[in-house]
Amino acid sequence: MFMMSYQLPEFVIERREDKCIKCRVCERQCAFEGHEYDEEFDRMFSYEDKCVGCQRCVVFCPTNALIIKPHPGDYRPNANWTREKLQDLKKQAETGGVILTGSGNDKGYRIYWDHLVLNASQVTNPSIDPLREPMELRTFLGRKPDSLQLEIDGDDVQITTELTPNVAIETPIVFTAMSYGAISYQAFKSLAMAASEFGTLFNTGEGGLPTELRKYGKNAIVQCASGRFGVDPEYLNCSAAVEIKIGQGAKPGIGGHLPGEKVSVWISETRMIPEGTDALSPAPQHDIYSIEDLSMLIYALKEATNYEKPVSVKIAAVHNAPAIASGMVRAGADIIALDGLRGGTGAAPKIIRDNVGIPIEMALASVDRRLREEGIRNKASILVAGGFRNSGDVLKAIALGADAVYIGSPALIAMGCTMCQKCYTGKCNWGICTQDPYLTKRLNPEIASQRLVNLLRGWSHEIKEMLGGMGINAIESVRGNRDHLRGVGLEDWELDVLGVKGAGEV
Amino acid sequence: MRRSRRILEPEKDMQACGLFGVMDRSGRRFDGNIAIDAMKNMKVRGNGLGGGFSVYGPYPHYKDQYAIHVMYEGGNTDAKNRVEDFLHKNFEVVNEEEVPTNSDANVINPPLVWRYFVNPEKKGEEKKISDDDYVVAKVMDINTKIDDAFVFSSGKDMAVFKGVGFPEDIAEFFMLDELYKGYIWTGHSRFPTNTPGWWGGAHPFCILDWTVVHNGEISSYGTNRRYLEMYGYYCTLFTDTEVIAYAVDLLMRRQKLPIEVVSRIFAPPMWYLIEHMDERRKQLYTTLRRVYGPLLVNGPFTFIVAHHGEMFGLTDRIRLRPITAGEKADFIFMSSEEASIRAVSPDLDRIWTPHGGEPIIGRLWEDEKKKKKEQLILEQTFR
Repeated sequence: MFMMSYQLPEFVIERREDKCIKCRVCERQCAFEGHEYDEEFDRMFSYEDKCVGCQRCVVFCPTNALIIKPHPGDYRPNANWTREKLQDLKKQAETGGVILTGSGNDKGYRIYWDHLVLNASQVTNPSIDPLREPMELRTFLGRKPDSLQLEIDGDDVQITTELTPNVAIETPIVFTAMSYGAISYQAFKSLAMAASEFGTLFNTGEGGLPTELRKYGKNAIVQCASGRFGVDPEYLNCSAAVEIKIGQGAKPGIGGHLPGEKVSVWISETRMIPEGTDALSPAPQHDIYSIEDLSMLIYALKEATNYEKPVSVKIAAVHNAPAIASGMVRAGADIIALDGLRGGTGAAPKIIRDNVGIPIEMALASVDRRLREEGIRNKASILVAGGFRNSGDVLKAIALGADAVYIGSPALIAMGCTMCQKCYTGKCNWGICTQDPYLTKRLNPEIASQRLVNLLRGWSHEIKEMLGGMGINAIESVRGNRDHLRGVGLEDWELDVLGVKGAGEV
Repeated sequence: MRRSRRILEPEKDMQACGLFGVMDRSGRRFDGNIAIDAMKNMKVRGNGLGGGFSVYGPYPHYKDQYAIHVMYEGGNTDAKNRVEDFLHKNFEVVNEEEVPTNSDANVINPPLVWRYFVNPEKKGEEKKISDDDYVVAKVMDINTKIDDAFVFSSGKDMAVFKGVGFPEDIAEFFMLDELYKGYIWTGHSRFPTNTPGWWGGAHPFCILDWTVVHNGEISSYGTNRRYLEMYGYYCTLFTDTEVIAYAVDLLMRRQKLPIEVVSRIFAPPMWYLIEHMDERRKQLYTTLRRVYGPLLVNGPFTFIVAHHGEMFGLTDRIRLRPITAGEKADFIFMSSEEASIRAVSPDLDRIWTPHGGEPIIGRLWEDEKKKKKEQLILEQTFR
């Protein structure tokens, strides 16, 4: 029996008829079929119930005839039953399903970056002009020894301390895990090209690394996740580092599901699964039910890579992250990757994305503190992910204690993404989060990678400006330097967890 | 879980200063006049809120005992009794005396100052730790547990004299021009931006026979401090100087790294310079930065560190606070200003202002000779 949908449209499509030339660009650009040309009437029609607000048609309209804006039509105002809550409920009443969504948590949880401010030098020490003096952002990821032993051997000074592998990056910004399959081949390749050009890393996510892209391996963190897609010795050994994925900020405790229709012949080859089959990532890794199991996988991967690669373990930021992180370091992890409450995703149950996990600022501050209290902070680097929007956020994270920052959404936005949150539909009009060749060919890796390099360059310049203002010329001197942060509008307990003073407290 | 009230750390001390150091590398001892005159020459670098000196070799009769110097604030005799009980319980006290002072000197609120020449008396478990570590622990005990008592000098055959006043006033108060002779003297004059009236807060800062005089504000203070906390050093004075003293203790005394290497940790060359080095040096320098990045001392600084047999000076990596060095026969001088060196030794053999991160090293000739080859290789590698 036909059941009518009670959904309200989310967006208004305003077409200024005096400007529209009926060129049908909007119709071709919209994979959601929001626009249609009717030959009989010789005019464009729009379907607001289909519009996701991605603004693709607006940007591509040659005459600026289109305006897309949030739909003003609303239910009776109600602080408890908001429009979103009503819509979600109606959607479930119509389908009986779990509501899916894409990208990061968009709820109003406190964004601590907006309540932290940085310091600058005045009088008692000079600020440094980064345009005139060197300003260093090079960062090493991996385990560091407690001390170095030097020996004079003949005419040579030798380091006798055994060193563990580290990866050098030229800016403390790394592209976070986004798999081929979740994102398009073109988007994936763009990230690889940009990381390679700028001297930083991209993360393959759990979908393997296509053979022809292995030349970018020395800039890749290759992931080994619960589905083990595409993992073989060559994959592990072509990389800069290996990452075990335990969890993801957008969906802590939840697995993944790449539907079979997205598993093309190329994805099937890369992931090493039959074409057209669903790629299922179990919620846990089924050989890791405890910390000692994790240790075994860490060392299995170290064995497989001849102890030449740092091994990272990525977890979602959850309540007891400090204790877990400490266990991970003791289990042999060289890098601790923390993904916070606002971390993005290609697809996640909305209820999980919006309600599970803790903000990355709090997780980072408490993990950094715990590792220091236990005297093991130098035994692992901390990489943080989830909700970084600009270089200010990045520098604040480093001052709180991060070694480097993983960015996902900013990279996607640089390539065209507008945070419409429809990644899970596979219809991304920007050619990023889709496997439809008609859509993916919209993204030119030459151009997209240039946009990504520009993003890295811009943020790096800004970080240098801020460092120079603090009178610091090397990023390592601000790492964990919470003296350079002050809180604004925070409660005592929040300042305590963050380990920073309030503004005006000296 | 009960939530405790937030405790704020005290404000970090900020200051600008004048520094001076002089050493007779033949080991001959001389009185305090050179250091006092040089400090007088730099009067404008201080504001009368702190001055001090260290001297190496003043107690030839007690050179095997730790010379524990204690300040008693406001002449607190109760604190003195408690310290003396504590010392007699944990040490063999060979001699104890009030440090002679000149009551006519131009200083305000001087504390009561005593010194004790002691040998450690370790018991039970304590026998496993070295004498040095034992003394450090006991000094920390006194400084954190007994109010109004502060141990400000604790090395063998060396002493620190410091207080609130211009350096020459402090020298006059402790009569440094006539009572003491040493083969190394360092001096310090403070220009703090706050106004502490505490004698213990002046420089030099001392731990065992290591002393530090320092000028500048360390922008990496938070990073350095939190790294040192992992190794059991808790900064209680909240001065940049304390951070440098602990970092020197960790790297030089505990990890036994020579100053040539330590100076490249505190003030490493820029990456673009490292990239142009030969492979061997490139790898050494890269590894040093990778491992000891948290001990890079960023922001403007100059310091002079001394311990028995050695004195060295260093400036920050981009030389925001330069240091000048001079040589005349057996004497080596280092100072915030060339003028103060010329004031005490007008006819120098050599004078130079080293680049950032390039240490000025004064060593006893006899030590220099002993490890000459190793020394040369180190110097070559880390030049």
